[in-house]
Amino acid sequence: MIVRIMGEGQYRLSDDIRERVNELDNRVVAAVEGNDEDGFHAAFEELLDVIRNDGEHLGDDELETSDVIIPPADTSMEEAAGDFSGEGLIPD
Amino acid sequence: MAGMAGRMSTVIKSKISKLLDKAEDPGETLDYSYQKQLESLQGVKKGIADVVTAKKRLGMQAQKLEQSVVKLDTQARQALAAGNEELARTALERKQLAQTELQSLDQQVAELQSQQEKLTESEKRLRHKIEAFRTKKEVIKAQYSAAEAQVRISEAATGVGEEMADVGLAMQRAVDKTEDMRARASAVEELEAAGTFEDLTQLGAGQDDIDRELAQLGAGGMVDDELAKLKAELGQGSAPAPAELESGSGEGDKP
Repeated sequence: MIVRIMGEGQYRLSDDIRERVNELDNRVVAAVEGNDEDGFHAAFEELLDVIRNDGEHLGDDELETSDVIIPPADTSMEEAAGDFSGEGLIPD
Repeated sequence: MAGMAGRMSTVIKSKISKLLDKAEDPGETLDYSYQKQLESLQGVKKGIADVVTAKKRLGMQAQKLEQSVVKLDTQARQALAAGNEELARTALERKQLAQTELQSLDQQVAELQSQQEKLTESEKRLRHKIEAFRTKKEVIKAQYSAAEAQVRISEAATGVGEEMADVGLAMQRAVDKTEDMRARASAVEELEAAGTFEDLTQLGAGQDDIDRELAQLGAGGMVDDELAKLKAELGQGSAPAPAELESGSGEGDKP
């Protein structure tokens, strides 16, 4: 699966990383729904870190379409609410 | 309700589908896409230049404010030395306000700097993707039948389109923030106009909005503290009691 972190570029995720990202995705959704600002930032940052550290960064010459687009790192909980609802960014 | 990522997907899909609508001749579509990509890249470069300009403008305003702070400090000392405590207090209040604005300006300049760096990175990424597209379009033209080319074009164009939409949205956010800053900065300019006194004798009391704002600000203890410190420095008794400071109609009455 290929994901894009807006403003940072694209990453290729293996299946087990995808699984972890999906869990974090659901935690972000739960935090947004519970209006838990701290919980949102903690889960969202962890989600981004897993992608950055464990995903494979796509080269600038690779032209791929992302399966999932993730809002930028400085997103506020308010701004993120539209993206992180229901099943979140990654369908369960 | 779409969030930022949702909006971005929508933008990409509509752009690509518009592009493919035109695709009767794959070769033409490819050249047209490439042309559009180069135009977008120019737009990105211009956007970055705008951020740089905004940053410079704010930097200049910060410099002016720094000068005001120094000037107001000098004026406070002069007023106190001349025995006009009321005037010294007003100068210190204005200095306080100028310092607060200065801090916020410095922070904004730093924010713009980091936005500029991120945008420059994004521009570089986009440039490389467009270059990759250029190579790929020649391969597609040479190797694929019209029907298959359609699929490949869609893939390649979406790859670049995503990058463009990403940079575009980042640019939009930067512009929005810059506009907020500009609004604040012009408020600071107003302060500049009324801020320092050309002539110490021309200062009246409470005649404009800024003076009212200053009065509120002065209610905090910071101006009192600084005034006391200044007095001590000038050898006018050590740290006087606050009650003494507040007795307004002393010998330093205005003419």
